[in-house]
Amino acid sequence: MEQAAGRGHVVPYQTLVRVWLLLLLLTAILVFTSRVYHELLSVWAMLTLTPLKAGLVFFYFMHLKYEKPFLKVMVLVTLAVLILFIGLTFLDVSLR
Amino acid sequence: MSSPAAGSHPVHKDPEGARLGMWIFLFTEILLFGGLFLLYSVYRAKYPPDFHHGGQHLNVIIGVANTVILLTSSLTVAVAVSAIQKGNRKLTLLCLGATITLGLLFLVNKYFEWSAEIRLGIYPNGPELLKLPDGEKIFYGLYYSMTGLHGIHVLAGLIVLSAVLGSVWRNKITSAGFTSLENAGLYWHLVDVIWIFLLPMLYLAA
Repeated sequence: MEQAAGRGHVVPYQTLVRVWLLLLLLTAILVFTSRVYHELLSVWAMLTLTPLKAGLVFFYFMHLKYEKPFLKVMVLVTLAVLILFIGLTFLDVSLR
Repeated sequence: MSSPAAGSHPVHKDPEGARLGMWIFLFTEILLFGGLFLLYSVYRAKYPPDFHHGGQHLNVIIGVANTVILLTSSLTVAVAVSAIQKGNRKLTLLCLGATITLGLLFLVNKYFEWSAEIRLGIYPNGPELLKLPDGEKIFYGLYYSMTGLHGIHVLAGLIVLSAVLGSVWRNKITSAGFTSLENAGLYWHLVDVIWIFLLPMLYLAA
């Protein structure tokens, strides 16, 4: 019992392969939308699909899904700080 | 003697604490690259046509190929972690070997990509680069700093993964204790995540 608890969550190979296929599919969509020369569509695809891809890697490959809420909150705070800095800098640049 | 001798007492291990430490280190990496992403976004907003033109010049095929390579190498390292947890040493070794091979392939592609740019005279302070408008100079500056810094991370990841591969080979890492494999995997995945962002920023946003 002790041993099993120490091993942590084992992600099935099948899940990992599915996530990988999804990542490849999202990359293909991203490349496709960037080639159709529709400015708005490609910008929105980039702004939504890129964080989605990163989220998949964080949650499944990096096991964040199976970690305690404490670590999840820490990751969220770090990303929030980064987004806040980017937002404030843009505010500064646009109001100059 | 108030405490038992170290030799007769099991060594305290805290895999969860070790993972937490790794994540905290990864946060500093996120903020390091975040600073460069911030620089990119501000200058992109300032020089939209120059960034557009710069992106058009880059080799999309190499960019996408390297994305597929890194995504696949992330899969193999994730499988390696699951395999060691199940006690499958052979699959762990195989997957780590595949990850390292893919990482090397990424760097080989990067070498050819950079060589092609440098031959065209586009490199920091290069003759062709200096003739370009200011925005494009900044674009290529960011291109070289971001892909260069990322490349150093790939190289560091490869060194760490090779050390981990050696430990699995010598049975130092087993299903009973695999924290260093797990943490090396976390580092490699973050390197992959950074590239996930670099692809649209540099290659696709043309």
